[in-house]
Amino acid sequence: MYSLHAITHSIQDWLSARLSPVWVLMIESIIVIVLAIGLFAVLGLILVWLERKVAAHMQIRLGPNRVGPAGIFQTSADTLKLILKEGLTPDGADKFLFNFAPFVVMIVAMLALAPIAFANGFQIWDINIGVLYVSAISSLSVIGILIAGWASNNKYSLLGAMRSGAQIVSYELSAGLSILTIVVLTGSLQISDIVHAQQNGWWLFKGHIPVVIAFIIFIIAATAETNRAPFDLAEAESELTAGFHTEYSGMKFALFFLAEYINIFIVCAIGATLFLGGWMPFHIGDWAQFNHVMDYIPSSIWFFGKTFFLIFLIMWFRWTFPRLRVDQLLTLEWKYLLPISLFNLLLVTVIAIMNWHF
Amino acid sequence: MFIKEYISEIAKATKSLWTGMRLTGHYFVRPKTVITQQYPDNRDTLKMADRFRGEVIMPHDADNLHACTGCTACELACPNATIKVITKFELTPENKKKKALDTFVYHLDMCTLCGLCVDACPTGAIQMGQNFEHSVYDRSTLTKKLNKPGSKIREGVE
Repeated sequence: MYSLHAITHSIQDWLSARLSPVWVLMIESIIVIVLAIGLFAVLGLILVWLERKVAAHMQIRLGPNRVGPAGIFQTSADTLKLILKEGLTPDGADKFLFNFAPFVVMIVAMLALAPIAFANGFQIWDINIGVLYVSAISSLSVIGILIAGWASNNKYSLLGAMRSGAQIVSYELSAGLSILTIVVLTGSLQISDIVHAQQNGWWLFKGHIPVVIAFIIFIIAATAETNRAPFDLAEAESELTAGFHTEYSGMKFALFFLAEYINIFIVCAIGATLFLGGWMPFHIGDWAQFNHVMDYIPSSIWFFGKTFFLIFLIMWFRWTFPRLRVDQLLTLEWKYLLPISLFNLLLVTVIAIMNWHF
Repeated sequence: MFIKEYISEIAKATKSLWTGMRLTGHYFVRPKTVITQQYPDNRDTLKMADRFRGEVIMPHDADNLHACTGCTACELACPNATIKVITKFELTPENKKKKALDTFVYHLDMCTLCGLCVDACPTGAIQMGQNFEHSVYDRSTLTKKLNKPGSKIREGVE
């Protein structure tokens, strides 16, 4: 299988032959930062455009189609507009926290990018607790939202932030438990181990019905954790104007907006890695011929294809389902998803111990 | 039993969610279902619905004849004084005086396009037109005279 190890290692060797270790680390960090920020910008533009197009076609509309072919530059034009607008800070707001909150949300989204494997041998930080790290980091984003809601000194912002807090704290449980099912099957928290464990088939197919249930629960919890419809009570336009970012304008608003889409990408990337094999091509057991043909498709295409499939699924949810009420939201989590995923985890543990999976 | 109810509830919820997703998915994969009209581009082929109310018009036939008797029923029916019918007296061949239309003044800027005048007209002299591109630079051009110069009432319309 083609690996990007060769490229990354040659850069490493080339740098360490010429510079001291400190400078090697600095330059490599700068390369990673540039790549991450570039990915963020491109993803933000593409995902917003994709969302608008998907929404339009699901509502029998055309969507943006004036700026560039099929409206592809519409989001760039919107970003330019947001950059030029004034980033207003309200008089009654807590000035420091108000301006600090967008960066907290953004930095948290950036941190969660670290352990994701984008292709074979292309990973920023392959730590042995990768999955735990991601779930820990993604739960921090609620702090940024709470700061934003509190510092705005606006009842809508505060209500939105509190709803968001209740929602993220509850749905983290079932998201964590459905992630645990894969950790139990793999026996490791490291992302590269999880991907390699799916060499002879993705967990979604290898793990029988319990893993399918875990996958569905993960998708529901991921939709809730990213504050998207049908779980968008935190920014319910018809009730709370815009929820926690009511008072934000200009580029500060754009950072919240961008972070939301980056978070969607990250949870979908995690879902693709755990259940659909990450960058691992579609392999079936020991069909060597078939597996070899599949290996010809580059691993990055597999990764982005799976991730964008999950993103499309979440967009499909958003433009189909009506918004839940707060009590319905909590009922769904505490009375349905949590008991089911606890029972499911037990089943998967039995499967893993008895070696019943393929 | 509790467990049975619990599971059937989940099954019902899944089914109803899937029904909704199937509909939006159906639209998504069929771009032909899009109903958006790309207005300034399709101006030449744009077809408005028959019931569309764009403005009040008075149709004239090829001989420049209309069907307005000058009865002012439309003027009375109009809720915001958009229509002003100015009448005159004409002499019939029998040397009798007869009321006739002189000028049909229509203030498009005051019109709410409610269509009450069209309903009130006893002879079908006025209709709702399809044109909706009414923006002008000078407001006074919105006051229109609907009967064409030199036009007459059609024979037999009473």
